Amino acid sequence: MSTTSAQPRSALALSALARITVVFRREFRSYFQTPLAAVFLVIFLFLAGLFAFNIGGFYERNQADLRPFFQFHPWLYVFLVPAVSMRLWAEERRTGTIELIMTLPFGAADLVIGKFLAAWAFTTVALSLTFPMWITVSWLGNPDHGTIFVAYLASALLAGAFLAVGAFLSALTKNQVIAFVLCAVACFVLLLAGFPAVLDFIRGWAPRGAVEGLASTSALTHYESMMRGVIDLRDVLYFVLVMAAFLVLNVFAIDWKKSD
Amino acid sequence: MASHTDRKAPRIEAVKLEKRFGHIHAVRGIDLEVPAGQVLGFLGPNGAGKSTTMRMITGFLEPSSGRVKLEGIDIAEDPIAAKRTFGYLPEGAPAYPDMTVEEFLAFIAAARGFSGRDAKDRVERAIGRVNLQGVRRQAFETLSKGYKRRTGLAQALLHDPGILILDEPTDGLDPNQKFEVRELIKELGGDRAIVLSTHILEEVEAVCTRAVVINKGGIVFDGTPAEMEARAPRDVTKNRMDAAFRAMTTGDVADAAAARTKGGRR
Repeated sequence: MSTTSAQPRSALALSALARITVVFRREFRSYFQTPLAAVFLVIFLFLAGLFAFNIGGFYERNQADLRPFFQFHPWLYVFLVPAVSMRLWAEERRTGTIELIMTLPFGAADLVIGKFLAAWAFTTVALSLTFPMWITVSWLGNPDHGTIFVAYLASALLAGAFLAVGAFLSALTKNQVIAFVLCAVACFVLLLAGFPAVLDFIRGWAPRGAVEGLASTSALTHYESMMRGVIDLRDVLYFVLVMAAFLVLNVFAIDWKKSD
Repeated sequence: MASHTDRKAPRIEAVKLEKRFGHIHAVRGIDLEVPAGQVLGFLGPNGAGKSTTMRMITGFLEPSSGRVKLEGIDIAEDPIAAKRTFGYLPEGAPAYPDMTVEEFLAFIAAARGFSGRDAKDRVERAIGRVNLQGVRRQAFETLSKGYKRRTGLAQALLHDPGILILDEPTDGLDPNQKFEVRELIKELGGDRAIVLSTHILEEVEAVCTRAVVINKGGIVFDGTPAEMEARAPRDVTKNRMDAAFRAMTTGDVADAAAARTKGGRR
């Protein structure tokens, strides 16, 4: 055991951005310290491809676009995003590390934002690894690259919105399985509100405005509108607002539940 | 921080701390002032409110009422600045299971605002101080209880804080490791304010300059370890600290309050 040093006492002050970066880096690296990253990437890439080719009829349609690929992303995310988000807070609470990070010089918002961005960066890495689809379709025909880019953006935004929901739900429980199920159900409900079968059912008796109102709360409506290649500010705003709202709820949730 | 403040001003100042969890009144008005150079042994039966009090001092829990100042900074007003002033070993010494000791300490160094060479030096020094050299590249979850505890200590010491708050720092250590940690705490105590909770009363005699006993959420004794020992019944000759502890914590709150007014408090 060495003697005390003459170095200055106490920690140094960090800016909010620097604090978020510290949280982000630890969290992002943690995905690759467990088999989670490998398992997630393999399953995501395999299923994204399988759906596009087998169910979406990628070749049979004889069209040089990625619609069959993108149209299944919401359903893929319903059970893959919870697998990423379930551990965000539930794991911290189970291992007790929440007490450690919340007594380090971080604010609750630094932790919430840093963790969320790390999870989002991870799903964005997974999404970007589907680039061979883009190359394939470019090689086979002449796709509209603008449309494909916007569809990728939409897919990333959708994953981000689901992750924000999942991170919030993860903060409510110590149990990762519960966090997973809650998130999957919540994401499913977010999609279902815009699903044609549901809207048709309501259209029978509800006024037109109510049907449109319901559809506009659905992530599916906004995703499909962007998937067509049009950046409508309202669609982007929808995803940004969902993320912001659930991140704010997340801050309250960890303060409320941290010591349970 | 430490160097800017008056040496005589208390490093830790807790005033009328109260904590209620629903209808459970866990901490009932605890006042505590700890100046530099004091090693305070925080004692009490399980469930007396030791960890809850430490969690309020470190800002993990918000008190239902009362306030906490660390090196003069109110933790409710500027939590981030207040959290820079202390090192904290939470109960059970938690850390990320998949990280190696080195990676974990590097994360703590980054969180404490150190980077580059400075961060590396800090990690090295922390590893050296608690003798973690042999396990530095091992994942935390594979470590023995003793090494986990020492990693937690290394983490708390890393930024060389003026305040150390240690929740059962020697729990799970073998006698040799306990001896080493006690020596370390004594050595650190010179110009720091240290609060440590423990169930081992001989530890209080060995390292603490002050003992505070709480029972049912309130302070029932506050004095030197020698004064505490003196509170044991006269006829007891062996394990007098244990006897004193039992006398203070097995009565009900009214008895304890009565005992408190009789003396021992300073």
